[in-house]
Amino acid sequence: MSKTTLQVDEVVIRFAGDSGDGMQLTGTRFTEATAIVGNDLSTLPDYPAEIRAPAGSVAGVSAFQIKFSSKDIHTPGDKPDVLVAMNPAALKVHQKELAPGGTIICNANAFSSKNLKLAGYDSNPLEDNSLEDYYTVYSVEMGKMVSLACKDMGLPAKTVDRSKNFFALGLLFWIYDRPMKPTKDWLGIKFGKRPELVESNIRALDAGYNYGETTEIFMTRYTIDKASLPAGTYRNVVGNYAISLGLAAAAEKSKLNLFYGGYPITPASDILHTLSAWKHLGIKTFQAEDEIAGMGSVIGAAFAGDLGITATSGPGIALKSEAMGLAVIAELPMVIVNVQRGGPSTGLPTKTEQSDLFQAMYGRNGEAPIPIIAPGTPGDCFFAAYEACRIAVKYMTPVIVLTDGYLANGSEPWQVPELDDLIPFDVKFADKSDLLDGQFMAYLRDKDTLARPWAIPGTEALEHRIGGLEKEDVTGNVSYDPENHHYMVETRAKKVESITQEFDPTEIYGDKSGDVLILSWGGIMGSCRAAAESLQKDRQKVSHVHLRWVNPLPKDLGEILMGFKHVLIPEINFGQLIQIIRAEYLVDAKGLNQVRGKPISSSDIEKTVKELIG
Amino acid sequence: MADSAVQTYSRADFSSDQSVRWCPGCGDYAILAQTQKVFPELGIKKENFVFISGIGCSSRFPYYMNTYGFHTIHGRATAIASGVKLANPNLSVWVVTGDGDGLSIGGNHTIHLMRRNLDINVMLFNNRIYGLTKGQYSPTSERGKITKSSPMGSLDCPFNPLTLVLGAGATFVARTIDRETKHMQEMITRSYGHKGTSFLETYQNCNIFNNGAYTSLTDKGTKADSVLWLEDGKPMVFGSEKNKGIRLDGNKPIIVEIGDKWGLDDVLVHDESDYVIASLLSNLTYQSDFPDPIGVLYAIESVTYEDLMMAQINEAIKKSDKKSVQDILNSGDTWIVE
Ligand SMILES: Cc1ncc(C[n+]2csc(CCOP(=O)(O)OP(=O)(O)O)c2C)c(N)n1
Ligand code: SF4
Ligand SMILES: [Mg+2]
Repeated sequence: MSKTTLQVDEVVIRFAGDSGDGMQLTGTRFTEATAIVGNDLSTLPDYPAEIRAPAGSVAGVSAFQIKFSSKDIHTPGDKPDVLVAMNPAALKVHQKELAPGGTIICNANAFSSKNLKLAGYDSNPLEDNSLEDYYTVYSVEMGKMVSLACKDMGLPAKTVDRSKNFFALGLLFWIYDRPMKPTKDWLGIKFGKRPELVESNIRALDAGYNYGETTEIFMTRYTIDKASLPAGTYRNVVGNYAISLGLAAAAEKSKLNLFYGGYPITPASDILHTLSAWKHLGIKTFQAEDEIAGMGSVIGAAFAGDLGITATSGPGIALKSEAMGLAVIAELPMVIVNVQRGGPSTGLPTKTEQSDLFQAMYGRNGEAPIPIIAPGTPGDCFFAAYEACRIAVKYMTPVIVLTDGYLANGSEPWQVPELDDLIPFDVKFADKSDLLDGQFMAYLRDKDTLARPWAIPGTEALEHRIGGLEKEDVTGNVSYDPENHHYMVETRAKKVESITQEFDPTEIYGDKSGDVLILSWGGIMGSCRAAAESLQKDRQKVSHVHLRWVNPLPKDLGEILMGFKHVLIPEINFGQLIQIIRAEYLVDAKGLNQVRGKPISSSDIEKTVKELIG
Repeated sequence: MADSAVQTYSRADFSSDQSVRWCPGCGDYAILAQTQKVFPELGIKKENFVFISGIGCSSRFPYYMNTYGFHTIHGRATAIASGVKLANPNLSVWVVTGDGDGLSIGGNHTIHLMRRNLDINVMLFNNRIYGLTKGQYSPTSERGKITKSSPMGSLDCPFNPLTLVLGAGATFVARTIDRETKHMQEMITRSYGHKGTSFLETYQNCNIFNNGAYTSLTDKGTKADSVLWLEDGKPMVFGSEKNKGIRLDGNKPIIVEIGDKWGLDDVLVHDESDYVIASLLSNLTYQSDFPDPIGVLYAIESVTYEDLMMAQINEAIKKSDKKSVQDILNSGDTWIVE
């Protein structure tokens, strides 16, 4: 019987296994190969908070989902078509989310009675026929086959067993016709110092591929055409890496030195790691003793003329808040990235959530407005970070970038930008020419941006004092005058508001009016766009608007909202943007709120829209 | 770090146009005056001085210095100063803090600055009370202190600031007294001259909320017996007749009378580079039988954080062929869509 090849538009695969099974790595390698093939793709890593949950336990299951397609896609998919389960716990946790009629590929060797018990199975689901009615199940002795492939290498059995994820990867490479070479090259670099590991992993990879090719178990291969993306050079990018690139690009374009001060916290630490590795760009990173010191160091660096950056997650923002208020009143430029995670408190550190919007908007004492930009996709993290830096300096204000765990670790193919194409970012420090009758006026404002001058220590004749006490307009001297305070509070708010002059008209995906407007912010953008696309295909009068700047809100938003019978605001929180929108525009917006540590699915959004239309 | 071609400054050049708002008689005036006196002589351009402070009476200091200044938030001055220094290592960065600001709310940042050894000068005004908030006990208040927040006496055992920073890895540790103008000038100059973090504690009288905290060290009658003036390489003697000395009995310091039984040779000689001596000295504070050591307890040379940071950056720049973000963007697994 010869094997057949089927052409499909899109596939969703979820790799799941024990934390020690290397699922994130397997997923990442599959992603890279898929990117190179030219499919559009979107990924969703999902890993446990515990670094060392007991092996084989349900708590220790780590997963990585990828959707790839010949079409332009926006989400990592709702339900996987294929589940690769490396042990019983992985099957137990993820089987319920598999699409009906989906495919399960299991490592049969891991289904020992001990592992079955750990996962809470009374009998082996691979043998008791409990799955066959609903899914296509492939039970593959991956462990055994890898040990056969490496038999003559004389490696410890444990070491060989660790390669079984590459067997799974090889098998999927065969099924979906992906190139093996990039992964082999990568193995060569990764384990360069240990050639025996390069060899054993490559053998496992080949064994998996050949297993697909030669056995009669897998009879169908699938091909997915290239997606028609705009011409250009592409790479796959995850959000945290894109943020780091955007920050570094801002420093290069502005010719400012980048100073990063921060304290490690999931899921933001990768930004610290990435920037720390880029010392060759002159980037200074400072791992402070806590978030307060991190924020403080950034304020000090900004005062002294560096592009000050910090990144953290919600609990870290809580610690930084007092200092962020100082940044507001001192009117110094800096960027504060919050990679949101599940809260409150330590919450769900490795899971995504959008529940820090209120914290970003209102989480400081006094009237302390800070502009907030929220990228919508992993690749957009680059542009949002760049834009945040540019606005911070132009308007002399701290700017918050709100991303989330999903954007931070998720990835997509990304057209590599040219620095020359970015909006120019020029900086002028104040100098002697800014003196007024020989006096330096630290709070004399630019009339368009309301920005005060950036006068850095070391500049002759501009010696001045700033601080957290209220400033007198123009001079910046301490002032307790009530009229002045009212004026300064108002002016700081106006300054943030005036950033709207930078905005292009808000883009509406779909018609200007209709039954439902889906309004989104942050990482939920993809699900909302996918839902709108599908509903529009169904000839529903549904449009989608995505807010990139959440503060200030675009000036034309009020009018846009008026064009629709209903406004739906899906958020991974219990309703935050919705309260702002309701208060600002007095519209009866409806929410779709889920906090389950993962993106809201586009099908849930579609369902809610349909209910609204009635 | 002296700049070439620096104009000559006078004290007035370092006085800002803001009126000084401390209570009349406050010890802070003396510290401000001595700083303004010493600064013209340090030989660096005025625009290269930066004062960073937290919150407290003491932390008002930057407003009165005609240099760059930043009056920040409670306890965080050392963290903010670290950012200033790392952004521009050429600046002469000074932190002014209080016993509450630097040891209570900001204690964590203080110790971490010490171990990193950035070239920052910390001046801690220790009045053993919270001045600005009107007189609560502070981390240096003696146990049992009666204040508004401790009507039956405070329960906390006080910090010994110098022991604390020595333990945290400080490379320059000194103490002076607000009333000792000449000595204070010398200590400020020494702090400035130290490359690395300097920690200078000043005993400062708050005549409103903790008047007389240091009278035994400043009153003519008691001073000679209460102060142990430290000089590098000199024996540790004190008393109006300079006839008492500190001697080690095993590893326990004792006070000996210099005369028939003990001579000067039997007295401990100060060595600023000796950590054991420094910690022994710092521990004399709060021991009522002993005089309080005033002067430089400890001074060693050690590499600064900013020098190490810049060395790493320069090495990375030299080694890497990626000179632009564009090089990073274009590297790795990329593919072309036509
Ligand atoms: C976050 C915060 N908590 C509390 C205060 C109130 N506060 C201001 S200064 C101070 C204590 C100052 O004591 P110290 O540092 O010894 O300075 P002194 O006034 O004695 O010079 C306190 C508690 C504040 N400003 N900020
Ligand atoms: S309260 Fe005390 S420390 Fe504060 S200014 Fe008055 S005397 Fe000085
Ligand atoms: Mg005090």
